[in-house]
Amino acid sequence: MAKKPQIAADTRPWRDPNAKPFVRIRDVTKKFGDVVAVSEVSLDIFKGELFCLLGGSGSGKSTLLRMLAGFEEPTAGAIEIDGQDMAGVPPYRRPINMMFQSYALFPHMTVWNNIAYGLKRDHLPRPEIEARVAELLKLVKLEGYERRKPNQLSGGQRQRVALARALARRPKLLLLDEPLGALDKKLREETQFELVKIQETLGVTFIVVTHDQEEAMSLATRIGVMNQGEIAMVGEPSEIYEFPNSRFVANFIGSANMVEGVVTEDEPDHVRIRSAELGADIYVDHGVDCSPEQILWWAIRPEKIRLTREKPAVQAGVPPDTNMTKGFVEDIAYLGDMTVYQVRLDNGRYMRVTKANALRGDPDAISWDETVWASWSGSSGSVLTS
Amino acid sequence: MGELVGLVRLGADLVSAMDLPAAAAAPERGPWPLLRRWLVRMGITGRWAVILPPALWLTVFLLIPVLVVFKISFSEAVVARPPYLPLLTFGEDGEVQLTLHLSNYMFLGQDTLYIAAYLNSIKIAFISTILALLVGYPIAYFIARSSDRWRNILLMLIILPFWSSFLLRVYAWIGFLKNNGVINNALQAVGLPQVTMLYTDFGVYVGIVYTYLPFMILPLYTTLVKLDDALLEASADLGARPFRTFLSVTLPLSLPGIIAGSMLVFIPAIGEYVIPTLLGSPSTLMIGRVLWDEFFANRDWPLAASVAIAMLVVVVVPLMLMQNAQNAVVERK
Repeated sequence: MAKKPQIAADTRPWRDPNAKPFVRIRDVTKKFGDVVAVSEVSLDIFKGELFCLLGGSGSGKSTLLRMLAGFEEPTAGAIEIDGQDMAGVPPYRRPINMMFQSYALFPHMTVWNNIAYGLKRDHLPRPEIEARVAELLKLVKLEGYERRKPNQLSGGQRQRVALARALARRPKLLLLDEPLGALDKKLREETQFELVKIQETLGVTFIVVTHDQEEAMSLATRIGVMNQGEIAMVGEPSEIYEFPNSRFVANFIGSANMVEGVVTEDEPDHVRIRSAELGADIYVDHGVDCSPEQILWWAIRPEKIRLTREKPAVQAGVPPDTNMTKGFVEDIAYLGDMTVYQVRLDNGRYMRVTKANALRGDPDAISWDETVWASWSGSSGSVLTS
Repeated sequence: MGELVGLVRLGADLVSAMDLPAAAAAPERGPWPLLRRWLVRMGITGRWAVILPPALWLTVFLLIPVLVVFKISFSEAVVARPPYLPLLTFGEDGEVQLTLHLSNYMFLGQDTLYIAAYLNSIKIAFISTILALLVGYPIAYFIARSSDRWRNILLMLIILPFWSSFLLRVYAWIGFLKNNGVINNALQAVGLPQVTMLYTDFGVYVGIVYTYLPFMILPLYTTLVKLDDALLEASADLGARPFRTFLSVTLPLSLPGIIAGSMLVFIPAIGEYVIPTLLGSPSTLMIGRVLWDEFFANRDWPLAASVAIAMLVVVVVPLMLMQNAQNAVVERK
């Protein structure tokens, strides 16, 4: 559902070193008393992006959003939007609108008046306000609901009124705080799709705050993972998932098997890691920025591990007896589209392996209490030094 | 009447909640089940057990006294004890005669003193309510916006005056307002002329606003403290300056508090007796003082009773109108 990449330079300005960012966040810190909510965050966001700030509660993502909206002033650092420094600019003068987590619809106003509120503040002529509100109602598919009050709407309808109200002034930048958080799962998936469609149609830059990684993965052009007030990693969804830069990101996004190991060979074209936890040697088929004898971590996603009953043959380009380990299937969770295996390794550690159920009712599927070999290729895992 | 409906519903819920397990269980012993069975036989079920106490209270302490006053207002004053004639008289041959004197009410209409007193009471109560609203709103807003720690202390300060006698507090204002009182001494100390404040309408306004301010502040506070910060932020986010936000969001959403607070000030202010007596001029005509004079100075109980009944009507009508308005506001939400 994320934006389809068409021409790389056109849709991925963050890959172009000369591109001028639309939102520049420079070393922004926010303290509440002694508590540091946001710590020296620097971030560039480009025009037309759908940027997701992803993090757990207390990670500082909402505070960062509130600083962009102008509800909080940074303790240190600068925020620039479209080349203009936002220091001291009150919320009502910023070219930004926000969709609140609680929607914050005015309970005493009709849907029409809620959407028209910002337009009236801009002193637009009445016919223009009417035309724009009608257009927005059509966009969010709420025609005929003009005269309802917020309490006469369902959760999904309220969410769409909130979106229409936030879009009414045609902001250059729209901030969305947990936009789908209050909706049930089914509605959330539909709305995700609509949100992306609206964003593409209008070409507005979206910054979305969410704690739901699935939501972030499916919506975003890029994700900023936040942890304890800091940006842990910024990247496209696939980069974040496949190439996490730290143990935190690897664990936070999706699930990962993570082991500690020590570097035994450090060559420009490969690295060999001995891991007692895994009971095996790991051969990584590319160079890593590390030194011999260094202790580091290696993480692999459950779906990138193969399970076989027989000891796997030696892989091309990988030395024998590396990248494989023996275990015992202790538990199986059948999820329909895939099966999750809990494999107990010989040293007592557990490894999580998933297998897509490509074959219908596979009679030859690996079952409980079988002894199996787990193996992976030289490029499947991520070497993490922090 | 909204509350009563709520009570009835609550009562019905209690019945079903209490009776269902009891019906399945074997008959219990002990004083409480016995009492309950007796009550049920008397036709007093859970619903009535809930409604009865407040209904009894209102009947004994509100309805009956008002009916007594209503009755007296139709009789004739005499120099006797009690100082009025009974409505029912029994003739020698067993005839019963009911005499209703409407003259008291007619007299209220004929003597301009009463109409002037009513109108003046309404005027003073109305202006006092507006003043109390103007003074009370910022205070309530400030308390509602302050931090949790301060909020309780400030609320405490608002309620604190109730711990001392109302009469004493009004009396103390004489010391402030009189010609050589605290305020005038301060004015003269900085070379300003003396201002007569005591025994004027101004004094009455000061007294009423001072006395009834907490009744304005507390309901305003309860609506303002519930106001969601996100609504104010949303308004600012959509381009509204702070004052515009106040007019478009804060004020309409605090309307229930404004109505409740205004009622709590307006209604007692209309019948106020002590404040105009202590702080007003002898010519400050208010219905409470007229009532007092009729009752104690003239000992004309029937006329005093009709003044009271007429005042009740004057008070009850705006009360009902305002309550209706408030219900409409609440229902619209």
